[in-house]
Amino acid sequence: MNPTLTRRSFLKITGLTIAISATPFGYEIINASDQKGSFKPNAWFEITPDNKIMVNVGASEMGQGIRTALAMLVADELEADWKQIRVRQADAHNDYFNPVMHVQVTVASASVRGFYDPLRKAGAAGRAMLVTAAAQTWKVPEGECTASNGTVKHKKSNRSLTYGQLCLKAAKLEVPKELRLKNESEFRYVGKPMPRVDIPEKVAGKAIFGLDVRVPEMLYGAVARPQAYGAKPVSFDQKAAEAVKGVRTVVPTPHGIAVVAESLDAAWKGRDALKVQWDKGSHPDISSDFVEKHYFEGLDKPGKVAISTGDAKKAIDEASKKVEATYFVPFIAHATMEPMNATASVQNDRCDVWAPTQGQTVAQMVASKISGLPPEKVHIHTTYLGGGFGRRSEPDFVIDALIASKAAGKPVKVVWTREEDMKHDAYRAATCQRIQVGLDSQGRVTGWNHKVSCTSILRFLNPDWMTKEGIDLFSLFGILDPPDPKVYSRTTYEFPNWYVEQVLSDLPIPASPWRSVQNAPNAFVVECFMDELARAAGKDPVEFRLPLLANNMRARRTLQTVAEKAGWGKPMPKGKGRGIAQHACFGTYVAQVADVSVNEANGTVKVDRVVAAVDCGPVVNPDPLIAQIEGAIVMGLSTIFKEKIEFANGGVKSANFDDYKLIRMSDTPEIEVHIVKSTEAIGGIGEPGVTPTAPAVANAVFAATGARIRRLPMTPEVVLAAMKNK
Amino acid sequence: MKISLNVNGKNYPVDVSEDTPLLWVLRDNLKLTGTKYSCGIGECGACTVHINGKATRSCTIAVGDVKGKKITTIEGLPESHPVKRAWIEEQVVQCGYCQPGVMMQVAALLSESRNPNPEKVIGAMDDVICRCGTYPRIKKGIRKAAQLMKKGGKIG
Repeated sequence: MNPTLTRRSFLKITGLTIAISATPFGYEIINASDQKGSFKPNAWFEITPDNKIMVNVGASEMGQGIRTALAMLVADELEADWKQIRVRQADAHNDYFNPVMHVQVTVASASVRGFYDPLRKAGAAGRAMLVTAAAQTWKVPEGECTASNGTVKHKKSNRSLTYGQLCLKAAKLEVPKELRLKNESEFRYVGKPMPRVDIPEKVAGKAIFGLDVRVPEMLYGAVARPQAYGAKPVSFDQKAAEAVKGVRTVVPTPHGIAVVAESLDAAWKGRDALKVQWDKGSHPDISSDFVEKHYFEGLDKPGKVAISTGDAKKAIDEASKKVEATYFVPFIAHATMEPMNATASVQNDRCDVWAPTQGQTVAQMVASKISGLPPEKVHIHTTYLGGGFGRRSEPDFVIDALIASKAAGKPVKVVWTREEDMKHDAYRAATCQRIQVGLDSQGRVTGWNHKVSCTSILRFLNPDWMTKEGIDLFSLFGILDPPDPKVYSRTTYEFPNWYVEQVLSDLPIPASPWRSVQNAPNAFVVECFMDELARAAGKDPVEFRLPLLANNMRARRTLQTVAEKAGWGKPMPKGKGRGIAQHACFGTYVAQVADVSVNEANGTVKVDRVVAAVDCGPVVNPDPLIAQIEGAIVMGLSTIFKEKIEFANGGVKSANFDDYKLIRMSDTPEIEVHIVKSTEAIGGIGEPGVTPTAPAVANAVFAATGARIRRLPMTPEVVLAAMKNK
Repeated sequence: MKISLNVNGKNYPVDVSEDTPLLWVLRDNLKLTGTKYSCGIGECGACTVHINGKATRSCTIAVGDVKGKKITTIEGLPESHPVKRAWIEEQVVQCGYCQPGVMMQVAALLSESRNPNPEKVIGAMDDVICRCGTYPRIKKGIRKAAQLMKKGGKIG
């Protein structure tokens, strides 16, 4: 007997349930109503007879407003009343795979751009099925029935039924093959500022983040970690740790030695009692100076050719003017306000993980491996994330909790201190780059020769994604990008003779995606150098860029919009400067103008205003979009002025917010965000806003002082040194 | 050791050593997890609570030092409090992890000065860190809360 038919025959249907199932070719919209009761529904939404609509969101909420945006897409096409909508965080399941990323993960600003079409279609399918159900009930043609704001109406007979009343009948229907999507003018919610559904419980102090998880019989874990990369324990006093009141067990993990105890205080005391002696590690020479020298020396080593079109070297040799500069961007931390943590419960027949994770699929994979259970017995429960920025797409913090729980036989919450979080991050990769460009007599680019000495992100993230030539395209985002996953992170410029070479570092300092991956540091280098070229060509920086963007209408339009809004070209008083930069990634175009005041005596820079223009195609929820750009600009400013990981004794020296400073309110300028009205393809909004901020500010400092900033962070010492060199 | 704590108007007996930071007693013993751990050294303000009405970092104050004092956490700020209302109206929050501490800092500022000038705002708010960069919205939220207070909102 067909098992599906069995379920259909015997199970009571409790509502209309629509799922989006990932297929090797994309996705399909399915009626999952008949599955309810047999196993946990992996539905995107469910309409129940109490007239409520539950939207299950598989993406991680970290402040970008994703629960609201995805629910808006469903509600709009479904013609639901927003008051009916409830939003719930879904557990890990293949049916929440992001169609762009092919796994369940919240990265690459991919949630709205990945689910814009599928969720609209899922909503439209539900609406069509409810209309059919109403037409069948009233025995009238479907064309005479209209769905509006949570009810289906038959105008001629003045009858109406709510979605709650129709859902059981609709649940027995097939998903229509042809779906009619709304025109923009018909949108009820999309494009209008909808209050975020997660904000009230966050304001109340009731939102549950990973660190707030509490499960019955839960123990606490703390991990002793080495100072130096690659260091192994020489000795430790397990008995002393076990003698601490409340300590249950001591267990090694891939990252150190975990102490599991009845309270966090006891776990920390037990960890201190271990008195671990570590060896010197694999690279005891690592220090801040060593690291910086290493990346500069990379530029003198032979690299691998990432792209070569035409003959850049010849074009530059024959050019009437040659311009060259070298830039350096250091390692920086994610520094999410919520330190890393996870709670795991490994049992004989099931495994549960409660984690503030951006990567449900990878968390499920590691939990399956450690527990020895198949993925369907591993339940990943995503909490709110106290910041993500890419850090939480890594599974390291989940692994420790799983190992600790397996050893203790109880649920264990492993909590990282801020110091552990700072010292054991997988950082935004450091990079040192040299660009040589030839200009012809009219100041046009004839050839572009670009050498990038950097850390490989993929070496730590997934070495299988390197190109067969051994190029790490993730470390080149903003210059070049892979065909899949679609990240739209190739430079917006076109160069007649273009050569890019990559030298990858062999240092053990781990790197991972950091808000825009490497788009931000690479945009800093390219956009500052564009400013240098414009000056060398004797042209205005906007005018200089436009011919290189001849085939990129969106980039040109965004740049011109910000120039107009910011009053580009108007003279500035002495000591003040205005700079501009533009960049595109994840399908979104952002340009920014920064106004700065520079104190030439002490080298301090104050940013007075940043104006941004953004084209992300169709806008789903405009207010969180503006908030993302505002926040990204503030974070960008933090990286320009404050942030740099310091190294010593073979590992990380920076430890906490007293020696790794972040931007505060007093350094935050006025920010204006202008959305470019656009009907082009939809792009992401979480990351692109951070990319033009650093170069716009550095270019403004040049405009104010004539000093060229070619390294970050732009401390007063760096500014004073640049002024001396001008 | 048994200690009696007055939190959000209620007395709680807790059995902890006197040197335990107040933060962990609130979170793990009293299950008031709205107060957040982030730096543990009083640098970021995510753990801010009120002690006798004054904004205080609960991560660096020992529970033994707050016996007999009035402790207020984010959960003790009423829903109708102008800061909570303003934070929703201005959609200040992003990830929201730092915001309980930020809101407690603002509530203390506004109870001291009902209409603080920009210097006073920055003077108080530079004690807290928001990694999402909501500072422009925090400024807006403070202005909104001050307006709501003028219209007769209580500050709790």
